[in-house]
Amino acid sequence: MTLNAYLILSTILFCIGLIGVLRRKNVLMLFFSTEIMLNAVNVGLAAISKFHGDLSGQIFAFFIIAVAASEVAIGLGLLILWYKRTGSINLDDIAVMKG
Amino acid sequence: MEKFVYIALFAPLVGSLIAALFSTQPKTAFTGWFTSFMLAVSMYASLNLLHFVYTTDSIIQVNLFDWIVIGSLNIPFGFVVDQVSVVMMTVVTVVSTMVHIHSIGYMEHDKGFNRYFSYLSAFVFSMLVLVMSDNFAVLFIGWEGVGVCSWLLIGFWYHKESATWAANEAFIMNRVGDLGLLLGMFLIYWHIGSLQYDIVFAQISTLENSTLVWIAALLFLGAMGKSAQFPLHTWLADAMEGPTPVSALIHAATMVTAGVYLVIRSNELYTLVPEVGYAIAALGAFVAIFAASMALVNNDMKRIIAYSTLSQLGYMFVAAGLGAYWVALFHLATHAFFKSVLFLGAGNVMHAMDDELDIRKMGGLHNKMKATSIIMAVASLALAGIFPLAGFFSKDKILEAAFNADAIMLWAVLWITAGLTAFYSFRLVMKIFFGEQNYSNEEHHPHEAKNFVIAAMIPLAILAVIAGWFEHAFVEFVTKTLPTWEASNLNHSTAWILILVTSAVAIGGIAVAVIKYRNGGFSKSWENTFIYKLLSNQYYIPKFYENFISKPYYAMSVWLWNVIEVKLIDASIDGLAHLVNKLGVKARPIQTGNLSSSLRLMVLGLILGLVFALVLSVL
Repeated sequence: MTLNAYLILSTILFCIGLIGVLRRKNVLMLFFSTEIMLNAVNVGLAAISKFHGDLSGQIFAFFIIAVAASEVAIGLGLLILWYKRTGSINLDDIAVMKG
Repeated sequence: MEKFVYIALFAPLVGSLIAALFSTQPKTAFTGWFTSFMLAVSMYASLNLLHFVYTTDSIIQVNLFDWIVIGSLNIPFGFVVDQVSVVMMTVVTVVSTMVHIHSIGYMEHDKGFNRYFSYLSAFVFSMLVLVMSDNFAVLFIGWEGVGVCSWLLIGFWYHKESATWAANEAFIMNRVGDLGLLLGMFLIYWHIGSLQYDIVFAQISTLENSTLVWIAALLFLGAMGKSAQFPLHTWLADAMEGPTPVSALIHAATMVTAGVYLVIRSNELYTLVPEVGYAIAALGAFVAIFAASMALVNNDMKRIIAYSTLSQLGYMFVAAGLGAYWVALFHLATHAFFKSVLFLGAGNVMHAMDDELDIRKMGGLHNKMKATSIIMAVASLALAGIFPLAGFFSKDKILEAAFNADAIMLWAVLWITAGLTAFYSFRLVMKIFFGEQNYSNEEHHPHEAKNFVIAAMIPLAILAVIAGWFEHAFVEFVTKTLPTWEASNLNHSTAWILILVTSAVAIGGIAVAVIKYRNGGFSKSWENTFIYKLLSNQYYIPKFYENFISKPYYAMSVWLWNVIEVKLIDASIDGLAHLVNKLGVKARPIQTGNLSSSLRLMVLGLILGLVFALVLSVL
């Protein structure tokens, strides 16, 4: 496969994630969508790294995976706490910062 | 010898700082005695230096540290002990030691006892910095330091409105003079590039005449403020609100003579511009008679002595202005002794009479306060210039100087003033100590001051008697630094006639006062005459200042406050704040707090950013 194919895949995945972020109201789904976006970027990074024969892009992808994992861990923890307190994980219910 | 310089300078500072530690505590006699002891140490060091300079004729110059070194500007914290400054140091420390001891008795029942001694010693330190400095910048520090201490001490009883008012008046009037001094210093630095006395005076003759006139006039403006010369004189009489020993030390013996000291110190400058010197002399003669005339009718004991100080400062400026610098310094020294003792005596009387100041309500105190009475009479004789007391020698020289310079007008004015001085001094003495008793025995129980208080006055009184006898030694000593001056135009017989004429007018003044006030004084109708009212209202000058300077200034300030401050500055600043506030209210709806709409906005921004980047890359 050519580099273009990988990049197109990455773009499609990113757009799917983006649409998910825009459309979904469930915070859990929001997390899934952001994961998709992050991994779309990872695909792009890995592909370009292979194409250029430079490993740093793949190492960067590893970093992103690690950061995403910790982000999800913390985010889910907070989400559980929020659910326990309010009984809802709907985005529209979370509006405590209303000015 | 250097260590004596440091001891003389810093002992009062140590005393002041130690006393300051106890300033908020109730009276502890320790602070009074400790500061007095430190002053005595300083006096001992000063006398030692005097002896050293006198016997060896060498000048001691010390550099404490470099203070300002920027580019070509180099101002060290340097001190010089030469013939002039050592005389000043001796006078300052002797008078202040005695005043400190006297104050222990005077302030005995005051709540601010410790605070008082802290201020008083701080004053002495500043005064020593002023007289010992070897450049104009450090002199200026001392100059401002004595100003601050004077302000603190005039307003010592700050709960009294009149005291705070007088303190502020003194401080603000001095600011006017200080501006002149500063400008004079700037001019010197501008043209010579240094503020060190030796460098400045070595090069001063190379400057243009007009520049010299400006420098001389501006420096004298500073001297006018500090020495309370017309038209900046009103603060001195009002400064009598402070405790009486303060008046003795600051407003008679030392600080007010700083202006004279400045002129003496800058003698090289004033010698080059005799026309400015003559103006100074003329102003001095005017102030001498002007202040003496006000002293004639005043009924406030301390104010009479204050006006007499003013008048004597005028004498000193006449001498300094006519180039007889050592005569000015000589009168400064003798005046310090008899004037401080007069004030200290006035303090004793105030104590005895429960802070009564009106001499019409005294009388006949001689029997109750013999020592004070005798000391004050002696000091008054010295002030009047009676042979062989100190005032005779110094005042006589000033009159000779005026006559010698062919300034017959100045001489005549000073001659009349000598008579007036004798008259008002003995009016004071007669009204307080002799004549009939004008208070009831139930009201006041006059008593003599404590023994140590009297003991503190005695050295000063002795000096007031004998200081004049050392004229020849003094002349020989100080003319090693100062230009020599002698009455070259006068032959021997003229000089004798002058002495006789002057003594005659002084004795006449005393005789008139004694005879008149023994028989009950002047009649009441005298008080309704125009001239009496003019004099007792101080020529309406305070009123004039109030109506034509203070009130318009106040009105202008109110206008500035109401119009410029409130309507312009405040309004524009407030307007800005209101604008931001309103914008915030308008922008508030953006903050819905809804995460998904925020995310949408974020994506929108991202897309806009991308489009922008694309457009830019295409362009």
